[in-house]
Amino acid sequence: MRRVYLDNNATTPVLPEVFEAMRPYFGEQFGNASSIHHHGQETRAAVERARESVAALLGCRASEIVFTSGGTEADNLAIFGLASAGDHVITSTIEHHAVLNSCKQLQSLVCDVTYVPVDGQGRVDPDDVRRAVTSKTKLITIMMANNETGVLQPVDHIGRVAAEADVYFHTDAVQAAGKVPINVRTIGCDLLAISGHKIHAPQGVGALYVRKGTRLRAQLYGGSHERSRRAGTENVPGIVALGKAAELARKGLEEGTDIAISAMRDRLQKTLLDQIDATGVTAGEVPRVPNTTNIYFEHIEGEALVIALDLKGLAVSTGAACSSGAIEPSHVLTAMGLTADRARASIRFSLGKQNTNDDVEFALSLIPATVARLRELSPVYNRTAVSQ
Amino acid sequence: MLNSQTIAVAMSGGVDSSTVAAMLRADGHNVIGLTMQLWNQRRLAGHDGMPEAVQGRCCSLDDVYDARRVAETLGIPYYVVNHEDRFERDVVRPFVEEYLSGRTPIPCSLCNNHLKFDQLLIVARQIGADMLATGHYARVVYDASRGRWLLKRPADSSKDQTYFLFGLTQEQLSRTLFPLGEMTKPEVRELARQHGLALAEKPDSQEICFVPGGDYKRFIDAYLAEEGATLPDTAGELVTTSGEVIGEHGGIHNFTVGQRKGLGVATGSPLYVLQIKGDSREVVVGAGEDLYSRSLRAHRINLIAVSELREPMRVAVKIRHRHEGAPALLEKTGADEVLVTFDHPQRAITPGQAAVFYDGDVVVGGGWIK
Repeated sequence: MRRVYLDNNATTPVLPEVFEAMRPYFGEQFGNASSIHHHGQETRAAVERARESVAALLGCRASEIVFTSGGTEADNLAIFGLASAGDHVITSTIEHHAVLNSCKQLQSLVCDVTYVPVDGQGRVDPDDVRRAVTSKTKLITIMMANNETGVLQPVDHIGRVAAEADVYFHTDAVQAAGKVPINVRTIGCDLLAISGHKIHAPQGVGALYVRKGTRLRAQLYGGSHERSRRAGTENVPGIVALGKAAELARKGLEEGTDIAISAMRDRLQKTLLDQIDATGVTAGEVPRVPNTTNIYFEHIEGEALVIALDLKGLAVSTGAACSSGAIEPSHVLTAMGLTADRARASIRFSLGKQNTNDDVEFALSLIPATVARLRELSPVYNRTAVSQ
Repeated sequence: MLNSQTIAVAMSGGVDSSTVAAMLRADGHNVIGLTMQLWNQRRLAGHDGMPEAVQGRCCSLDDVYDARRVAETLGIPYYVVNHEDRFERDVVRPFVEEYLSGRTPIPCSLCNNHLKFDQLLIVARQIGADMLATGHYARVVYDASRGRWLLKRPADSSKDQTYFLFGLTQEQLSRTLFPLGEMTKPEVRELARQHGLALAEKPDSQEICFVPGGDYKRFIDAYLAEEGATLPDTAGELVTTSGEVIGEHGGIHNFTVGQRKGLGVATGSPLYVLQIKGDSREVVVGAGEDLYSRSLRAHRINLIAVSELREPMRVAVKIRHRHEGAPALLEKTGADEVLVTFDHPQRAITPGQAAVFYDGDVVVGGGWIK
């Protein structure tokens, strides 16, 4: 069966160049980067080259990059590395669980947390952040791009708010990296998290930008790796892959692959809206990352649509999966004020570098008929149709 | 193998439904595994009297894990679908309300009617399946002479689950498969072993799936506390059949008709709960022989083998899952009410339970005891 993958905000395939770059570090170049001998020196050099490449993607110094096991660890390191009992932290209602649940945990450690709301288009208002600042505020943590809607947050403005208030600013840029240009100086953030597997490196590697001079408490106790900010022998193949993926992401943005992806995304979105009635885009009117669109098909269960499409070879997603694998109502869409029915009827399409126009055609050949079948068998839709 | 169909299998992670998936796959069908996420066991964990750790069986991660592993072994697509909202609305809340009203509910029947053969069947059809198969021990056959789908007892009468299935409509039955209907439990386990299913020896589940440890009283307390509601005061008096007050009780939901222990009064002869009066919160107690009655009324009737009850009908009636079924006359007494008159008095007829009517192996229909 032909399979097309339009769920690149969940994870991305490792690009062949990335795989080639990391391959030697599974075999002949196996050294521990902390060793003093030749083997160690080889891998140390590879790790530091990767660090420079990631720094180049983010517009910072190599020494400001800390490698982690992924985006979640980077977010945790930023949040728990700064906040202490009695501190106040500001975040938003639409953060990824890596940030949201970290903040919940902070509350149980006697921190105050303010969750600023979003508007109907899924945006945080920097003035809300400004108003939330108190004399106890230690950290503002607000994401750069949302994983479900793709909406870009006004991080530059929030960075200025943080600077004026003299509080730390962390941004979860996991869904922004590689999709839009990132410059930590322009944003004015002190910390910024990225994840390897969202930019065509493998799962299990990420990085945290930590502005020089930021006093961050390590969260793992062990050796003095990563300048004593993250103990544990480096995941060299993963780090090398992240370096290569960062290099390709930077080149891609220079060469305009983001424009090609947004053209495919826009065509997919427009055609679906043209061909299927009672359908709309969530947050379609505000700046978004180029690869993402979140579309609702009224009177269907998104969960059933995801399954039906998967059985026909198309991978898309909805909401967030809970531990059993079932789909939970999206806290992001709910926070934006969507009704529970509309939130459940929403599907996220997220494209990647590997997708082609043919992939979009394949999706368009399946979705209208599948939505029609779901609606035909939906008690809700039939009731609505009868009453109209 | 006549023709290959797309069949969704409701997989619970137990031996029965896993074996169904294996059988249908071996028969060459296009099988899709589905598990319903119905109840978040963590929700009430840690509440007073509830286990800290999650031990309940319903939707526990262990069961989903087992079902997923079976699907992997069989090479079939597998999905977990979230029906927590509907389960709470249509099963858990009525369960709590029934107890607080002095009745003894059967959540499994509600789940079959509202979730498994309603919501899950809709999802199954939406994703392209023609039929839904489950691991129930029952048989469904089409009777051309009557023009109706019939629900029949299974070959293994010790596993008969038709009592919980009386609410199925003709439409639901027409799209349902019970592949275990002709098999005994040992045969099912043997088949599971032959198919290499690791859970062939997994014990059967007995308790109400969302009530850990089977302690429904603590569950009701914890559920109401979690909802921000306090347990309504259903305390009242223990009275005899002649109206004499002989004691007090802490709440009508603590009692079930036929119960002997835990009445909190000491008398010379054993006392049993005869009746629970929801309005006056009285629990009527009396001697064991007073538990027997000759008739019952049932409402919210679903008929399967016949389209309507035109005239009184001789049937066998089961008044609880572990009841043999007793000969009786079934008569329609209202738009949605029947009268069942037993040949011999029956013990502990319990409001809230189902009365299911049988004609031999065939389920005529059923209703809820008033």
